Amino acid sequence: MIEVVVITGRTTDQGMTIDEKLSEAYMKAVSFCEMNEKDMEKLGVKDGDRVLIKNELGEVVLYVKKPEMDLQPPEGIVFIPMGPYANRIVGILNGSGTPQYKGVKATVEKTDRAVLSVEEIIME
Amino acid sequence: MIKDVVCTFCGNACDDIEFEGDYGRNLCPVGEAKFARKERIKTPMINGKEVSYDEAIEKAAEILKSSKRPLLYGWSSTVNEAIRLGVIIAEKLGGIYDQCSSVCHAPTTLAMIEQGIVGGTLGQAKNRADVVVFWGCNPVEAHPRHPTRYSVMARGFLTRGRSDRRVIVVDVRKTPTAYLATDFYMIKPNSDFAIFTALRSIVNGHEEAVPDRVGGLKKEELIELAKTLESAKYGLVFFGLGVTHTRGHERNVEAVIKLVQDLNKKTRYILQPMRGHFNVVGSGEVPAWEVGFEYAIDFSRGYARFSPGEFTAVEALIRGDCDAAMIVASDPVAHFPKKAVERLKKIPVIQIDPHPNLTTKIADVVIPTAIVGIEAEGTIYRMDGVPLRVKKIKDTNYPTDVEIMEKLLEKIVR
Repeated sequence: MIEVVVITGRTTDQGMTIDEKLSEAYMKAVSFCEMNEKDMEKLGVKDGDRVLIKNELGEVVLYVKKPEMDLQPPEGIVFIPMGPYANRIVGILNGSGTPQYKGVKATVEKTDRAVLSVEEIIME
Repeated sequence: MIKDVVCTFCGNACDDIEFEGDYGRNLCPVGEAKFARKERIKTPMINGKEVSYDEAIEKAAEILKSSKRPLLYGWSSTVNEAIRLGVIIAEKLGGIYDQCSSVCHAPTTLAMIEQGIVGGTLGQAKNRADVVVFWGCNPVEAHPRHPTRYSVMARGFLTRGRSDRRVIVVDVRKTPTAYLATDFYMIKPNSDFAIFTALRSIVNGHEEAVPDRVGGLKKEELIELAKTLESAKYGLVFFGLGVTHTRGHERNVEAVIKLVQDLNKKTRYILQPMRGHFNVVGSGEVPAWEVGFEYAIDFSRGYARFSPGEFTAVEALIRGDCDAAMIVASDPVAHFPKKAVERLKKIPVIQIDPHPNLTTKIADVVIPTAIVGIEAEGTIYRMDGVPLRVKKIKDTNYPTDVEIMEKLLEKIVR
């Protein structure tokens, strides 16, 4: 298990599937996380494996995706595309009206648990 | 061929799209996906059962009228004409009007109320800017044509494109936008406020007050960055949710506004938030000219009150204040934190949208409408506040958001 800071944000694939949220393409676009190779080594995970990300807000199981080219996040930072998966573990309220969707602490561990479908994740 | 079509996806609102049948020239990949054929909500529904539009609107009006404090939320992907009616409906019902900014650039609105903003249009970026900063934003993925159309490679009256520009990208991770940068600075999460403040100290001649390292940047790097900023003949700072979604929120934005004010003592600078949806600006501008506020507006006392953190959708839902919700042109179930979604699942929800999404899954009343900018026309505001008329390029049997809002208002005041 490692401690990380979670960052969320838009991606091209998320934008392209935003009007088709009940499709497989949308699930594929938002149900993964990207992390540094060194963090992947520490966890003993490779591209396509699953991890459990947890904090006081909740938990979520995501696929690990090896970032393309040299776009890996720095060590200790995990990127998740914005959407229903990320929202299980981000969104700290602080009175300003806008939840904190970025820079949220969490722990990451390897897991055998399944990644839920988009519908399962909102109905759970 | 239909010329000068406005793309209704992101805040760029590119208005140079040309349609030859189903083929749209000049679209980016995200725009292409927007205009592609996809699954639609086929008919109005009440609790999953197909009904007529009249029945669905009647039921929606009944839910809203019997609610003590309905939340009317969304609006960023529809036209100003529909938003205007939405604000009136919220007022008649004594409900809450809130819009997508409240989970997005609302801290920017708050900071602008406190500080004002040295603003301009994207035309300034194209025609004048020689130093362009992207801070906590990733236009290559979120606003794909921004660099070529307005900011990085765009040729204007006084600029000859990329070779004339120094492009600075500041982010907590390397994004594809960093490939466009002359200088890329990787900073630590939640350190924007500290870095803006350090840069202000340097720009204002108090270099000695800056510690050796701030937010992951060495003092030398900060000095170099400040000097680059100052070297502009006409500078432009674009900032995104990397600034508004992190610790500090509106204080971060206030700090960058002040930095731009300070830079204006030495040269010319403007600041532009990278707004997400094509009319998220309208969802704030319209209530601002109707009732004086942009978001988090409560009408329960018969007049408009603004209180972020109290009347913003996420907090109002989590506190359990709202006993019904109407969601127009948005998908909060996909984009709100889990706790707020849990409340939405418990209360009656009315959804008005062209496409089935996660909110459809929990909605009691679903009213499908025409897609704005494809099947319905109207007025929108681009990210820099420039109003544009979006076109209807295809016929449809679906009613427009405006038609639904008119009928709903009629039933509510009846």
